[in-house]
Amino acid sequence: MEGFERVKELLTKKFGEEIVIHIALNADPTTITIPATHVREVCRELHENEDAFMDMLSCISGMDNGPETGTMEVIYHLYSIPYDLRIALKVELPRNQEDEPGPEVDSVSGIWKTALWLEREVYDLFGIQFRGHPDLRRILLPADWKGHPLRKDYQHQEYYHGIKVEY
Amino acid sequence: MSDKIQYVYDPENLVRSEPNKFQESELQSEELVLNLGPQHPSTHGVLRLEVLSDGEVIKSVVPHLGYLHRCFEKHAESLAYNQIIPYVDRMDYVAAMNSEHAFAMGVEKMMGLEGQIPRRIEYIRVLVAELNRIASHFVAVGAYGMDIGAFTPFFWMMRDREHILRLLEWASGARMLYNYIWVGGLYYDLPVGFEERCREFIAYLMPKLDELDKIIVENKIFVERTANVGILSLDTAINYGITGPMLRGSGLKFDLRRVDGYSVYPEIDFDIPMGEGLMGTTGDCWDRTYVRVKEVRESVKIIDQCLDQLTGEQKRTRDFDPQAMLPKKIRPKAQDLYIRAENPKGELGFFFRADGRSDIPFRCKARSCCFVNLSVIDEISRGSLIADLIAILGSIDIVLGEVDR
Repeated sequence: MEGFERVKELLTKKFGEEIVIHIALNADPTTITIPATHVREVCRELHENEDAFMDMLSCISGMDNGPETGTMEVIYHLYSIPYDLRIALKVELPRNQEDEPGPEVDSVSGIWKTALWLEREVYDLFGIQFRGHPDLRRILLPADWKGHPLRKDYQHQEYYHGIKVEY
Repeated sequence: MSDKIQYVYDPENLVRSEPNKFQESELQSEELVLNLGPQHPSTHGVLRLEVLSDGEVIKSVVPHLGYLHRCFEKHAESLAYNQIIPYVDRMDYVAAMNSEHAFAMGVEKMMGLEGQIPRRIEYIRVLVAELNRIASHFVAVGAYGMDIGAFTPFFWMMRDREHILRLLEWASGARMLYNYIWVGGLYYDLPVGFEERCREFIAYLMPKLDELDKIIVENKIFVERTANVGILSLDTAINYGITGPMLRGSGLKFDLRRVDGYSVYPEIDFDIPMGEGLMGTTGDCWDRTYVRVKEVRESVKIIDQCLDQLTGEQKRTRDFDPQAMLPKKIRPKAQDLYIRAENPKGELGFFFRADGRSDIPFRCKARSCCFVNLSVIDEISRGSLIADLIAILGSIDIVLGEVDR
């Protein structure tokens, strides 16, 4: 917990109090919600600053809270090897309607190369666009698949290349 | 429907579903796009590599994944927690016990059962997980030898692995996909006589490991093919999120069994082998194999200590019920949880979100170690020869079931 407090202080000192929107204590590791506009700056600070030194990006998870809530989330799990410290960053994005382009957030692939594939996976399964990603293509599904399957309102297509999708 | 052909072949479908990144028209005159896989024995499953080469020298490697995608995360959103375990088995199908262990630990932590599991159960979990780790490393090393032309080690490894699979089949009823470690307990206690047979197996295995050292690790041809090939520096490895034997091969003593100290690992004495560049540069393909072979010996040490406990302090008793702690209803409080554990191939993570109202997870994301480890292949194979690409791919030790999930 003291490591977490140190990281929080470091962020508020650099970006001001409004950078921390919410701290989720019922999460392991403790999760900080930050504004979606500041993802890249915050991540760069956590990566470069010697007091945080988050040198490893463990995981990027997308999340769709469903049409009723109207939000989507991207959660970054960071880990610092020298400090043995884990924290998670969360951004909330407005959920797009069916015919609109997906929500956008800055890519962190310039900071951690892990994000190159993890962000492609989130894009593939949720349709969240990562600004500044050098090669944002689908990764697990075929390039001509329709829709993003982990969205709560996903309806699969009836036929794919003449193969019935329903099983 | 019965008289209709289900799928009409159209060669254009292949281009539409998985187009190349590099187009013929944009290449320079000396460049060539070479396609490897998806059906190719050295890709360890169904992985397709698109290689941009200049003669024999690789300029870029683009992996195309998803041929074994089975929608794990989508399935998990409609299944109760205990029903997900068989799906977890099928992710990394050569190390199913380790994946089950990670998953069960995560759900137990959400239920607040952490630290309450009887110690006999914890020791059995570690015992079967380490047995499976040996089996997984045997597949990795044996298949790697075969990739680069050594035929014998593969059969030797498969022969010894078969003993482990039979032991685990005896315990759980299945050869590879066990569903043995349950949330809050085990499917069944160890069968009577398992400990003795396990000791016999270790006595059998030790001389075989010396043979393994001679035929693979110290083999002149093997060293020539793998030393100074595919060098992964430590900075690159951390930046790409590499974990497991690959990270240790690059010279960092980092093992989640020690760092996080989950289950009963803090009470067990074992070393963490790491690459030292004995045959070439630290972080080359040889180092990664060396770390795996050393880890087998460490696993044997762990198994030995578990057996001591299971025949000593935590001896089998008549009234021991491994299912006694199973929760009647798995309904965790509303929370987020990221759990990670050391699999044979790296850090396997599960991210759960429970909404507190239902028995099924709102979201269950698997952070696959093979998926992340594979992403570095473009970086480390650039500039090497096409024949070395096979050596590099084999040294990453991927299981496509986990890459694609």
